[in-house]
Amino acid sequence: MKVFRNILNVIKPTFEKGGKLEKLYPAYDAFETFLFVPDHTTKSGSHIRDSIDLKRTMFMVVIALIPCLLFGMWNVGYQYNYATSGEMGVFEEFMYGFWRFIPLILVSYIVGLTVEFAFAVFRGHQVNEGYLVTGMLIPLTMPIDVPLWMLAISVIFAVVIGKEVFGGTGMNILNPALSARAFLFFAYPTYMSGDKVWVSEAMIDSHSGATILGDLASKKGWDQGSWSTFDMFAGFIPGSVGETSIIAIGIGAIILLLTGVGSWRIILSTFIGGYLMAYLFNLWGYNELMQTPAHIHLIIGSFAFGAVFMATDPVTASQTNLGKYIYGFLIGVFAILIRVFNPAYPEGMMLAILLMNVFAPLIDHYVIQSNINRRLKRVKSTN
Amino acid sequence: MEELINIFIKAIFIDNMVFAYFLGMCSYLAISKTVKTSVGMGAAVIFVLSITVPINYLLENYVLKEGALEWIDESLRTVDLSFLSFIMFIAVIASMVQLVEMVIEKFSPSLYSSLGIFLPLIAVNCAILGGSLFMQENDYSSIIEASVFGFGSGIGWFLAIVGIAAIREKIRYSNVPAPLRGLGITFIITGLMGIGFMSFMGIKLDYGNNQDETVIETNINTEENKYKNIIK
Repeated sequence: MKVFRNILNVIKPTFEKGGKLEKLYPAYDAFETFLFVPDHTTKSGSHIRDSIDLKRTMFMVVIALIPCLLFGMWNVGYQYNYATSGEMGVFEEFMYGFWRFIPLILVSYIVGLTVEFAFAVFRGHQVNEGYLVTGMLIPLTMPIDVPLWMLAISVIFAVVIGKEVFGGTGMNILNPALSARAFLFFAYPTYMSGDKVWVSEAMIDSHSGATILGDLASKKGWDQGSWSTFDMFAGFIPGSVGETSIIAIGIGAIILLLTGVGSWRIILSTFIGGYLMAYLFNLWGYNELMQTPAHIHLIIGSFAFGAVFMATDPVTASQTNLGKYIYGFLIGVFAILIRVFNPAYPEGMMLAILLMNVFAPLIDHYVIQSNINRRLKRVKSTN
Repeated sequence: MEELINIFIKAIFIDNMVFAYFLGMCSYLAISKTVKTSVGMGAAVIFVLSITVPINYLLENYVLKEGALEWIDESLRTVDLSFLSFIMFIAVIASMVQLVEMVIEKFSPSLYSSLGIFLPLIAVNCAILGGSLFMQENDYSSIIEASVFGFGSGIGWFLAIVGIAAIREKIRYSNVPAPLRGLGITFIITGLMGIGFMSFMGIKLDYGNNQDETVIETNINTEENKYKNIIK
């Protein structure tokens, strides 16, 4: 650590006011605060400072994503192996997935951080750390075979239109990772849905790599495929890289909840909303999608991943406690609604979260307003 | 009954006036600075839409359409007044807006002053005329369907303006780049909200009636699948 500190101390004057590279100070600042706890002191008023700042909060999420990441890599290899020869060992499967997936992460981080740094330098604000998480979430929500240039475009869209035009991290209204995915989903639907994209290189052989939701949308029952309920739970199924395994997502969820980064209110109410809606549809039972048991709905597709990592985004979710319950519940309800009623979009979670992101400020507004009214009434009655 | 619910849901979410057709943008952009005024504006639009669409439906079916005048006399069967529909619709809308204006001025002067010039401008709000014209195009079979459609479109517009007003209140202190402040960022937000509403595009509501229509649009490889299943 001393080595880094010394290097930073040596180059610091170049970036400070009056130095040669004064303009690039945000870039320098980002690296310094990434490596060391910032030594800023408050200049006015009294504040309580915590060693947990935005950067470390965001890093917690990245750590929580690691189980999904590792499992996703292995599952990419497993699905490939399952679809083709079937001769690979577990380790070979992992390495296959590893080499398929690393380029996605690299492109996502390099492109995204370049845009972030450029904005920070031009607009003269600090580099915001939100992208640490976004840059990891974007490749995890993509099918493994997505062309890298598409990934790059969607990352640029997410960072510029989704976030920077609002003034950077903490100001955006839509979840940046989801806006990247939605952008690709609507701009290049053939690469983002259907049954060709979910298993690596599925184009080359006759294997059908449809996701379970894709099968459901084309009017097959949920138990018609070759996947058992345990497969769905453990994640041995085709799908976006990070979304398949409930076990890995569960580990991530525990990390998020223990560190207090994710909101248990949102996660809980999302699952309740989804379960109730799916249960209602079970009672109706008109077609295969409606007949799918409610608990199966919660473990297939990206429902769990979205509930744990996307819906809990502290920026775009509701901020009030009551608002969080409403927000989460409606996400669950709409996710199942879109799944069942919209055959064009077999995966409803992404769109449900985006929709509720749009209405989260409204929910907050009314929750706060009702609090104000209640207290006003109390004041009046005591007088 | 089922048909009415379909029309209602469709008008609110799938054919949302703002996000699907980008109608009524001027008042949508101008009045959406605070939630309170936008609620008033949205309520006024709901009211005007749900009154004018049924009235225009009656006009359309008993006066304007070809053969609509038959109920007066057999000889009028060939009369086609549909070239008058624009001006008739607008006349109805303008008089209804006058009525709303008087009511609001009487009962809520503060809302009246905060809506300002945009209240009379509801008369030229394209969402209102759009509602009547969509009604004409969709050829609803009864006046109840037409009023449900008008009411639903109003609710959809209301949701849009209230949603964006809350967002604009939230981002009031955001460090938006200077050239984008004000209308620029509002347009971008509208676009992003449109992405959120995309979730409803393509929803087929006629479950039980025409099953064949529930085609999976994105599954472009159906033919290939069949071929594969044969091989298997």
